[in-house]
Amino acid sequence: MRFLLLFSRQGKLRLQKWFTAMTDREKKKIIREMTTIVLARQPRSCNFLQWKDLKIIYKRYASLYFCLAVENQENELLALEVIHRYVELLDKYFGNVCELDIIFNFEKAYFILDEFLMGGEIQETSKQIVNRAIESSDMLQEDDHSEWYEVELFGP
Amino acid sequence: MPAPIRLRELIRTIRTARTQAEEREMIQKECAAIRSSFREEDNTYRCRNVAKLLYMHMLGYPAHFGQLECLKLIASQKFTDKRIGYLGAMLLLDERQDVHLLMTNCIKNDLNHSTQYVQGLALCTLGCMGSSEMCRDLAGEVEKLLKTSNSYLRKKAALCAVHVIRKVPELMEMFLPATKNLLSEKNHGVLHTSVVLLTEMCERSPDMLAHFRKNEKLVPQLVRILKNLIMSGYSPEHDVSGISDPFLQVRILRLLRILGKNDDDSSEAMNDILAQVATNTETSKNVGNAILYETVLTIMDIKSESGLRVLAINILGRFLLNNDKNIRYVALTSLLKTVQTDHNAVQRHRSTIVDCLKDLDVSIKRRAMELSFALVNGNNIRGMMKELLYFLDSCDPEFKADCASGVFLAAEKYAPSKRWHIDTIMRVLTTAGSYVRDDSVPNLIQLITNSVEMHAYTVQRLYKALLDDISQQPLVQVASWCIGEYGDLLVSGQCEEEEPIQVTEDEVLDVLEGLLVSNLSTPVTRGYALTAIMKLSTRFSSVNRIKKVVSIYGSSIDVELQQRAVEYNALFKKYDHMRSALLERMPIMEKTASNGPTEIVQTNGETEPSVVEPKHPPPVTLPTNQGTDLLDLLGGNDMALAIPNTVPTKPASAGGELLDLLGDLSLSGGPAPTPAPSVPTSQPSFLLDGLSSQPLFNDIAAAGIPPIIAYNKNGLKIDFTFERANPNPNIAVITIHASNTTETDMTDFVFQAAVPKTFQLQLLSPSSNVVPALNQGTVTQVIRVLNPQKQQLRMRIKLTYTHRGSAVQDLAEVNNFPPQSWQ
Repeated sequence: MRFLLLFSRQGKLRLQKWFTAMTDREKKKIIREMTTIVLARQPRSCNFLQWKDLKIIYKRYASLYFCLAVENQENELLALEVIHRYVELLDKYFGNVCELDIIFNFEKAYFILDEFLMGGEIQETSKQIVNRAIESSDMLQEDDHSEWYEVELFGP
Repeated sequence: MPAPIRLRELIRTIRTARTQAEEREMIQKECAAIRSSFREEDNTYRCRNVAKLLYMHMLGYPAHFGQLECLKLIASQKFTDKRIGYLGAMLLLDERQDVHLLMTNCIKNDLNHSTQYVQGLALCTLGCMGSSEMCRDLAGEVEKLLKTSNSYLRKKAALCAVHVIRKVPELMEMFLPATKNLLSEKNHGVLHTSVVLLTEMCERSPDMLAHFRKNEKLVPQLVRILKNLIMSGYSPEHDVSGISDPFLQVRILRLLRILGKNDDDSSEAMNDILAQVATNTETSKNVGNAILYETVLTIMDIKSESGLRVLAINILGRFLLNNDKNIRYVALTSLLKTVQTDHNAVQRHRSTIVDCLKDLDVSIKRRAMELSFALVNGNNIRGMMKELLYFLDSCDPEFKADCASGVFLAAEKYAPSKRWHIDTIMRVLTTAGSYVRDDSVPNLIQLITNSVEMHAYTVQRLYKALLDDISQQPLVQVASWCIGEYGDLLVSGQCEEEEPIQVTEDEVLDVLEGLLVSNLSTPVTRGYALTAIMKLSTRFSSVNRIKKVVSIYGSSIDVELQQRAVEYNALFKKYDHMRSALLERMPIMEKTASNGPTEIVQTNGETEPSVVEPKHPPPVTLPTNQGTDLLDLLGGNDMALAIPNTVPTKPASAGGELLDLLGDLSLSGGPAPTPAPSVPTSQPSFLLDGLSSQPLFNDIAAAGIPPIIAYNKNGLKIDFTFERANPNPNIAVITIHASNTTETDMTDFVFQAAVPKTFQLQLLSPSSNVVPALNQGTVTQVIRVLNPQKQQLRMRIKLTYTHRGSAVQDLAEVNNFPPQSWQ
């Protein structure tokens, strides 16, 4: 995977994850192009389109567009599942997630993403394990004022 | 200083801004506050400030002044700080700045931290944006963690290793030992990331690939894991719509693909499991189809047995009928990849594919169109073309150009009859005429010329099309060219294929003149029209009307039209005797390779109307008359013809050719273009060196190459003097000096030359065509010879002149060129 973008129906960026090194200018340009292209699509079109040498998979959930760019040999249908899995993880964490949750807790959205994907690949295929990892990390944050304590979540 | 506002607070505030300006103001204010807070080195609120900065960065505002702060957060002991610090590093830092290297030490420490979540953060950051230097420094740590028993860390380490290998491929070897036991893990996270790591290694290195095939027996292991996934019961942790861990299944299938490619043994070992997956997977949801899709891709790529391949194509065929657009799209894309190798199997689904042309979705339509063109063959051409032409009629403009080109290509390859071919072309030109690519016009003209028996039919149809609509330029251009060529067939009503129409000469000329004045015609089209009118002067009887039109355009503002008109005018006035030969019917053109240096071959002075160079020279089957005698120079061996002032066939230069064939041209009446042939800039570069008909340089032989006597007979002597006074060393510039020792002038003197094929020749205008008697003067003419292969220069010359009332003609060969003239 090359990049993942979340943006609203007005084209406002809510999350950006880049899996390859790029300059700020390039990123801005890509964001502009993606929002333009995806927002212009007809409502009942297929969720795939070809852009330069990449495949773009996008899906709308309520007021948010999830836009994932993958390389040509990757499986588009599975990419749709990847997007869906991420939404499920967000939903479990926030409880009936909506766009506002992601706006006000963007850093949490990133933390969840970083437990699910890494370097453009899937890191963990189990929903429960990702959720538990996030919960434990959150608990660690709360204990910052005292000292560390080990949290043993699951065995080998 | 009051505590900096909380993140949520800031977000709320910024969202209340009603204009861009208001938002910018708020942001600037907050940035200033954050900056001063940073300056105070405040540890308590640094985290909060950086978080706010990250939010503002997402809105598009600059946040680089927070980069160092991120590093400080990473170095902190508090987990909260580290979390935000690493996030900031991933968002704000990139490998282009040296700042990122400062992270290396922190990451190294955190990789060895006692808390796995801190280790996880470090691995994640390294695996997302680690630069090559960082990867080199920390690869050892990653490798260590790859061998840990903690599955949470192991899976992260595996993906981190993937990133390291991508950045520094040479380090791949060091991870090899750690991969030994990866696949015996039970944990799916580790399994998945391990498969990714193995895939990366196999893709990058054929040696690794061979190693994993032979030594590690990877294929049986993968087959076993996949089998367990399919056969095992419901597993709540990994279930997606009734399928167990589809992500892992797809990843394994992909690795199997790489292992099985071009390898019989591996392919054989996976045949069964592939068949099993293909038949047992639930297809009601997208998940199942994703797995089937990956299976099909694998089957097509490895050396599978034919039964399996047919199974795969049938799956794709079923996909085509699925209600889900995405699945149809994916099927079309895959079929496009397999159509070359499994053509017959894909043909079976042709009707479904053609139906997809009518789909509403743009992506699907495009894929269906590409696939349809790939499926056209001699058997189905009529049916397919009907569908494709219907598609061309109704599709969006973005498709029309590609579709039109595709139709032309297919028609050319598989046309069942010439009439069908012409009809198809007509259909495309009339329905999508403005989208047809420019290079189609000369191709079509060539096609039409070569279908000799269809000329009457073609010109009649094109004429009728013109009557309807003159807005589509390619159609108009082809039509005017045809009318110019075959107008006689049009008015004589010779058409056999359909009912001949009654057309008078005047009506035809009306149409052509209409094109000249219409606002819809581009300059190129006007050029075509004018030339067509001119050609009709030898085919029609109403020559006076044509003469009038031609002379009117002699004062056209368009330089191109003006030049043509003036030259045609000259044809009428002074060179009427040549007109019929020049405007003769075009011969059949042979198609030559489209790219590649073509020899400069003359089209016998016949103006080639197309501005885009048709790269085919007419072969040497021209009727004999004055102009063609040049060919006799060749005498049947391999000398290339060089006509005075030959250039690649462009109209302006064709005019230049005329000028030079006819010697000095004194133009009467009307403003004349400059006597020197106007040089279009697209001539071969060696002509660009300040070309004009005047000699470019003084006669002083600066190069010191000795002159030669090339010819001396019957009182006519021709000397050659040599120059190399131009920047291109491959060009020899020869000036001929013709002198006459007899007591009578030699008039109508014409000098022609031919050189071997490896050379190119250009003759500029002679100083005059009268060689005065008794050496009272000389006729000079400049020849430029391009000799890129530095071969020995030879030349055949032909001289014609009138002397003492009779015509004299002589041929000679010049072999005594001094070596310096061609070395």
